[in-house]
Amino acid sequence: MFGAVIIPWISIVATVYQKGSKAFYWGYLTTDMRVTASGDALEFGGVLHAIVGTLILVLIASIISVPLGISAAIYVVEIKGRFASTVRFFTQAMSGVPSIVAGLFIYSTICVFFGGFSAWAGALAYTILMLPTVARTSEEVLKLVPDELRAASYALGASQARTVFQVVLPTIATGLVTSAILGIARVAGETAPLLLTASYFVATSRNVNEPIASLPIYIFSSLGLGDANATTRAWGGSLVLLIVVFVLFSIARGLSARLSRK
Amino acid sequence: METPNLETKEVINSNIQMEPTVMNDTTRRNADNLEVKGESGLETRGVHAWFDKHHALADVSLHFPENTVTGLIGPSGCGKSTFLRLLNRMHEFIPKAAMAGQVLFEGNDIYADDVNAIDMRRRIGMVFQKPNPFPAMNIGENVVAGLKLSKIKSANKDEVIEDCLTRAGLWNEVKDRLKSPGGSLSGGQQQRLCIARSLALKPDVLLLDEPCSALDPGSTLRVEETIVQLSESMTIVIVTHNMQQAARVSDYCAFFLSDGGPGHLVEADLTTNIFSNPKDTRTADYVQGRFG
Repeated sequence: MFGAVIIPWISIVATVYQKGSKAFYWGYLTTDMRVTASGDALEFGGVLHAIVGTLILVLIASIISVPLGISAAIYVVEIKGRFASTVRFFTQAMSGVPSIVAGLFIYSTICVFFGGFSAWAGALAYTILMLPTVARTSEEVLKLVPDELRAASYALGASQARTVFQVVLPTIATGLVTSAILGIARVAGETAPLLLTASYFVATSRNVNEPIASLPIYIFSSLGLGDANATTRAWGGSLVLLIVVFVLFSIARGLSARLSRK
Repeated sequence: METPNLETKEVINSNIQMEPTVMNDTTRRNADNLEVKGESGLETRGVHAWFDKHHALADVSLHFPENTVTGLIGPSGCGKSTFLRLLNRMHEFIPKAAMAGQVLFEGNDIYADDVNAIDMRRRIGMVFQKPNPFPAMNIGENVVAGLKLSKIKSANKDEVIEDCLTRAGLWNEVKDRLKSPGGSLSGGQQQRLCIARSLALKPDVLLLDEPCSALDPGSTLRVEETIVQLSESMTIVIVTHNMQQAARVSDYCAFFLSDGGPGHLVEADLTTNIFSNPKDTRTADYVQGRFG
């Protein structure tokens, strides 16, 4: 059992490290591909634009989906509103949406009508995928709060809103951060939703109205170039992406361990 | 609704009781014992409680005189905790829970349409069985949490913290570590912190639901001292399974019992009478530890 889990994992990490580390040089993380052709030597070019692009996409997606996801969880667990079961059903259904469909949906609604590919559109496609993860994990975290705390708050003459915002949410603050990070980790490696939305751009850009680079698309487009050095760069991008996701999961695990100790 | 038929038992009782002539109507006698004096204190009139279709409590009429301690005693499942939660409308947080009857606080029914349950709960505080300080707040913040939660502005929070902790008998133990989390205290200290937290809102009534059941004997004694001191300035209702505790802290006692059907009030009287001279044999059996 242990081997079945660990062997594929080690072989993936080892392959990505072995092939990806060849792309690394002192400027790999600090330069982009604006003046580098696909066949150029590995001392040129880098992934800076893809890292910046991924961070921007994830940031916008988080700003939208974290408050929305937590609100949905509050509605289901705390308010137990009339549509609670409907909201829960759609959250679950949404988490099953294939990522290419999320991208296609944003393409057909946003890109077609608002001037083509843009970072905005990519972030919205990410949001569709991130929202259900944040909503469901926040829901689980909210359920961890013992009812005694809510009762204590109500007995002190608190309204439901005050109870939620001043007692329940502060108690599980680390758990909510964890749910946000799990949502980010869910989307950070997604390629399909960006193909038809954020597309790709070789220079480091912070303009959200233009196409923007991202790590998955950097890998995808580098591989498509067919050149040996471009392929090595794709492996380098994979290694960076793997490290980013690994760091995010580590933070999430660390925070949830702290939460469960309380 | 269903008043239990006590007549067969009364016959047996009358052989033992010292006043057999007044044993015909237990319910009426109870009301007489804790006679309603004007519009003071807290009073219930014929309250019932249901959980979905389960009739948990039937027809309880009781008066809690101002600045006294009333102990609610009885075996598990007799409805005394349910009754306590009816007194500040915490009952309605339980899904499918329902109630009937009146709970009068200073002469006004707290279940009336125009009563704001949130405002009312600030005046009728509650301390729970399990100590439940807020984990995200430190000791000092816990004490004034009620003020923050109910948007009451307080000019001098430090004074409130010291005053409430002193009255709850905790000040000397925590005055040097008000910034530590509430969870760092021992169970008994946490429970006194919860009492201090209730006191910050200056309630007129304090409801305690088995406040010492999770505490060691030493902590229990400290909480009991606190209760007796507090009763000089507020009305206290305490649910307890501990007969010695009821005898130590309460002025009045009310004995609840469920004989298969809904829980009901068997008798209420001065605590000394309940323990030395109860009118109902079941009360005598219970306080002497023969069942429950």
